[in-house]
Amino acid sequence: MKLITAIIKPFRLDDVREALSATGVQGMTVTEVKGYGRQKGHTEIYRGAEYAVSFLPKIKIEIAVKSEMADAVIEAIASKAKTGQIGDGKIFVTPLEAVLRIRTGETDGDAL
Amino acid sequence: MTLDWKKLGAGLAIAVGATVAASAPAFAAAPKIDSGDTAWMLTSSALVLMMTIPGLALFYGGMVRKKNVLATLAQSFGATCIITVLWMIVGYSVAFTTNADSATNQFIGSFDQFMLGKMGLNSVNPLAATIPESVYMFFQMTFAIITPALIAGALADRMKFSAFMWFMSLWLLLVYCPIAHWVWGGGWLGAMGALDYAGGTVVHLNAGTAALVTCLVLGKRVGLGTENMAPHNLVLSVIGASLLWVGWFGFNAGSAVTANVNAGMAAAATQIATAAAALGWMFVEWIIAKKPSVLGMISGAVAGLVAITPASGFVDAQGALIIGFAAGIVCYFSAVWVKKWIGYDDALDAWGVHGVGGALGAMLTGALAKNSINSLGKGWIFDGNGHQMLIQFYDVAGTFVYCAIGTFIILKVIDLVIGLRVSREVEVEGLDINLHGETVHG
Repeated sequence: MKLITAIIKPFRLDDVREALSATGVQGMTVTEVKGYGRQKGHTEIYRGAEYAVSFLPKIKIEIAVKSEMADAVIEAIASKAKTGQIGDGKIFVTPLEAVLRIRTGETDGDAL
Repeated sequence: MTLDWKKLGAGLAIAVGATVAASAPAFAAAPKIDSGDTAWMLTSSALVLMMTIPGLALFYGGMVRKKNVLATLAQSFGATCIITVLWMIVGYSVAFTTNADSATNQFIGSFDQFMLGKMGLNSVNPLAATIPESVYMFFQMTFAIITPALIAGALADRMKFSAFMWFMSLWLLLVYCPIAHWVWGGGWLGAMGALDYAGGTVVHLNAGTAALVTCLVLGKRVGLGTENMAPHNLVLSVIGASLLWVGWFGFNAGSAVTANVNAGMAAAATQIATAAAALGWMFVEWIIAKKPSVLGMISGAVAGLVAITPASGFVDAQGALIIGFAAGIVCYFSAVWVKKWIGYDDALDAWGVHGVGGALGAMLTGALAKNSINSLGKGWIFDGNGHQMLIQFYDVAGTFVYCAIGTFIILKVIDLVIGLRVSREVEVEGLDINLHGETVHG
């Protein structure tokens, strides 16, 4: 099993979610986050006074999937989140040791 | 404003006097109160009060950081209250009554209306002969309120509230009241023929100059240039600026002190100049800084309102367009670039917008006043009266010098007695919680 964590531009979320549903992903967790990478921050100007805003708003998506689905999920996110502009985000893939569905007690693959 | 009425009133008195003398001496020359004028002036008074609370309070309140929002609102509100009472006690009398000694009257009025003791139901100020004195006193009170309150833009984020209240009180009595008397109450500037319809110098240059002196005396805010001091909520500022705009029709059109053709022309000029100034600031910022900011648009609108203030009853629509557009561009450079070059911390640009806009408007009034719009004004360009430019310059210089010196002395005295500025710790932590024991935004 894999935990796929993607940081994307907020306005790409709807497209990414649709593509993920199409690949058969059953659920995901989405969080509004702030951060910076190569895009750095941006500058706000008020009557000539410039302020650097270092952290930009992004969306973090977390999805747990069976290992064989990971490539399709990564491909779906990468293709839909891509604008070609700096700041498109990143996808992290980590091995997942165990999963438990709280309501039924199912574990691992059955719980996904 | 009362410039019109001083002269009109005098003319009226002579005319009425002549009629009475020629016919029957049975009737006294009692002025007739006009219900239309009274209705408009009651409306104008309320509109001008709305400019300060909530207009100016929100305009400034939105521009500060969230730790100082309530303190900034408290300044506008506190000033409104203390000035109302002081105006009642002695301010109105000093500014708008005539001193029996004509030499003294050049500089200051009388104390006849101490505690408004002689203001009866039917009394009338000769400066405004067709409305009750109660209404005239109230109308002028709203001007007296907003003028000191404007200064708060320069001292934002760092003055003690106690010092602020003392400052408002002393400044009203020692700076505003005399200057209002000079121009509108029968003093030397009005007599010289200075054209200031609604307060370009008396209100805006005056407040702006005080603002400049105040921010120099106080020093810069802690963290200026290193900390993020972005406005916490520009929506409040947009609402505030819009209320200022609407209220300004009471300010300018109300300065006709009557519901007549001059009031109509002043209202039209005000609307045109304000829009032109907002566009002027927007365009120049768009070109230089690449983006037309919302703060820029509303700042431009206020600059236009300021600059058209002295001119509103004297210029035609084309004159208003020129004054507005010029004000938007000039005030952009003064608030954004000149401040940066020179390095004073006029936090919310009370000098950059009100001082510079007021002086610009006063000078352009001399240039663009049209005798066909107002028989009391003869301008340079249309009427060939170049001398008016000199008079306008005296008006600007006289206001600037007296106000700067007076403000400096008042601030130094307050500083010596109770201190002007909050401690560094209070400033960093925020004025709301430390001065008022409250916070907004949790």
